[in-house]
Amino acid sequence: MAPEKLKHLIAATLVITFLYYSLHLYLSLPVKGIPVANGVQKGKKVWQQNNCTACHQIYGLGGYLGPDLTNSYTLRGPAYIKAFLQTGTEVMPNFHLNEQEIDALLAYLQNIDASGKADPRTFTINTNGTIEQ
Amino acid sequence: MVPLNNKKRTVSGLYIVAALLLLGIGLFWGLTGGLQYLIPGFLKESLSFEKVRPLHVSSVVFWIILGAMGAVLTYLQQHTGRQIYSHLILKMQLLIFIFSIIAILISYCIGMFGGREYWEYPPLLALPITIGWIFFLINFIKSVKSFRKQPVYVWMWLTGIVFFLFTFLESYLWIFPYFRNNIVTDMTVQWKSYGSMVGSWNMLIYGSSIFLMDKINNNKTYSHSNIAFILYFTGLFNLMFNWGHHIYTLPTYAYIKHISYAVSMTELFILGRIILKWKSSVSIAKKNFHLAAYRFLIVADVWVFLTLLLALFMSIPGINLYTHGTHITVAHTMGATIGINSFLLLAIAFDILNDTCRSFVPYKKIFNNGYWLASISLLVFWISLIGAGIIKAKWQLSTPQTLFSDMMLKLRPFFIAFFIAGTAMTTGFLLIIYPLLKNQLLCYFKKNSKEKKITGYYPSATFRIE
Ligand code: HEC
Ligand code: HEM
Repeated sequence: MAPEKLKHLIAATLVITFLYYSLHLYLSLPVKGIPVANGVQKGKKVWQQNNCTACHQIYGLGGYLGPDLTNSYTLRGPAYIKAFLQTGTEVMPNFHLNEQEIDALLAYLQNIDASGKADPRTFTINTNGTIEQ
Repeated sequence: MVPLNNKKRTVSGLYIVAALLLLGIGLFWGLTGGLQYLIPGFLKESLSFEKVRPLHVSSVVFWIILGAMGAVLTYLQQHTGRQIYSHLILKMQLLIFIFSIIAILISYCIGMFGGREYWEYPPLLALPITIGWIFFLINFIKSVKSFRKQPVYVWMWLTGIVFFLFTFLESYLWIFPYFRNNIVTDMTVQWKSYGSMVGSWNMLIYGSSIFLMDKINNNKTYSHSNIAFILYFTGLFNLMFNWGHHIYTLPTYAYIKHISYAVSMTELFILGRIILKWKSSVSIAKKNFHLAAYRFLIVADVWVFLTLLLALFMSIPGINLYTHGTHITVAHTMGATIGINSFLLLAIAFDILNDTCRSFVPYKKIFNNGYWLASISLLVFWISLIGAGIIKAKWQLSTPQTLFSDMMLKLRPFFIAFFIAGTAMTTGFLLIIYPLLKNQLLCYFKKNSKEKKITGYYPSATFRIE
């Protein structure tokens, strides 16, 4: 085959596979269409509007100045988190959130907590390099 | 060969000037963030870390994006030997980006967030960026005209432009409840898009640096060679399918992770090739070391090697379990965006902005100091982040676990080294940028430079430093 044709064939194969992979993923997302409580939606909004992600990670992703919060809801409990949010810390500012916003954040953190465990200690490593929980 | 009018082409050079300014601004915010690591509560009331981090990251990401656009738009004209399809689009694209970036930085300062990692501005501002990018796509396709028998860098540019647009839009799917409602779903799509997006701007920059290399060597055999295309397709394959290595611990589909793990390992081929070619790379490097642009290509080569090595390790899920969520990830990200992206863009900047009315030769000493300072301090910067990451990795896997704040206290020596190295690196970068911007500014006010005609296939020789 002429090299130019071969290049086009490889490129087309890759692009089609990529589009198929993307579309397949969008249509079969891990948990789709499950109705989510209103508080959770609002909590996500408060989380984004205050850019909590700049200092905190969820499943290890985010900024690194503060701790990972994936499972902080069971680890610390709602009262502890509430106290943190009401006062802030030496590093974390007090965002002056009102009662509803804090409750919404708590609902959001509870929802994240219920989605899985991010603690690396809960995984085992297989000999082929993959990990399992 | 149509002579190129220098005045028109300098619009694409303006992209590079704007990008360099953003680099300076980004470095300043980086240092501020570094200080906030050292002095808990520093600027907490006015400019807390949730503002400073996006100020830093967006400034440097737009340095990379504007720089890459400027490189492609300039080299495209040198490649085709024709003017760009539309100067109006070229100017509008630049203006759109400049105004959007200013709006984005202001939104951070006043605490208006969209709150998604990396794109932390209100989502409405994604609209002008998308429009600006579509302008880029139109101007590119119309200027190239025919895609038959093109060298590898034209393929790379097209790939980078199309995939950036795709992944940028994909990263905004979260505005639909269908994609956002579930955290696992949301993060899967978010990191699918981010993983490929980085690959897209790499395509633009690597493509441009291949063009530059051909230009310095004055021949085009490499960019038409089989090996160039094999490496390109390996890169494209990874761009498309390796993004799952960001989310190994996320409880999403296992097949996503297995595919990514397998695909990521194909980069071993690229690593192997670098090692095999080491000797000949060094001898070519020695030959061209007097060229400013080439010097950055060399140091970027070293960083391709280091970054690839670290990335390959981090792509093994069992090792990623340790490194994930630590400063080793930051070492990887900054190692790649500084060591590879920024150095390659500086090589390109010295080539493109060389075409001014003034010589760089009087700045030889400043340049040399800046070059060595930036290169060496980056290594210290990188190692201190890895050091901090190793200690956090150990902490993450320890039982019982000490308090987060106690662990952070242990990382302090590394953060001090990080900050000092960061200051030295910033100084180095500023010394490098200074002659570039000063010459541009002085020449802008000197009329005759605007009328200079450029003829010949490769208009500007890269400036010599010795
Ligand atoms: C400027 C950085 C910063 C921002 C922004 C920030 N935090 Fe924090 N946060 C921290 C730090 C640092 C700690 C750890 C404090 C300590 O251990 O002394 C913390 C601790 C917490 C904790 C307690 C976690 C634990 O396990 O002890 C919670 C919950 C929390 N933050 C929630 C939030 C939420 C919600 C937001 C957004 C509204 C937010 N944070 C924004 C820095 C930040
Ligand atoms: C060309 C120069 C630079 C580039 C391209 C760059 C790029 C980046 C990028 C992409 C990130 C995000 C990292 C991630 O999410 O994994 C980042 C974070 C950061 N950078 Fe830089 N950086 C540069 C210089 C500096 C300098 C000189 C400093 C000063 C010490 C610095 C300090 C920081 C800090 C503190 C963070 C945040 C880490 C965190 O999330 O906690 N950067 N940088």
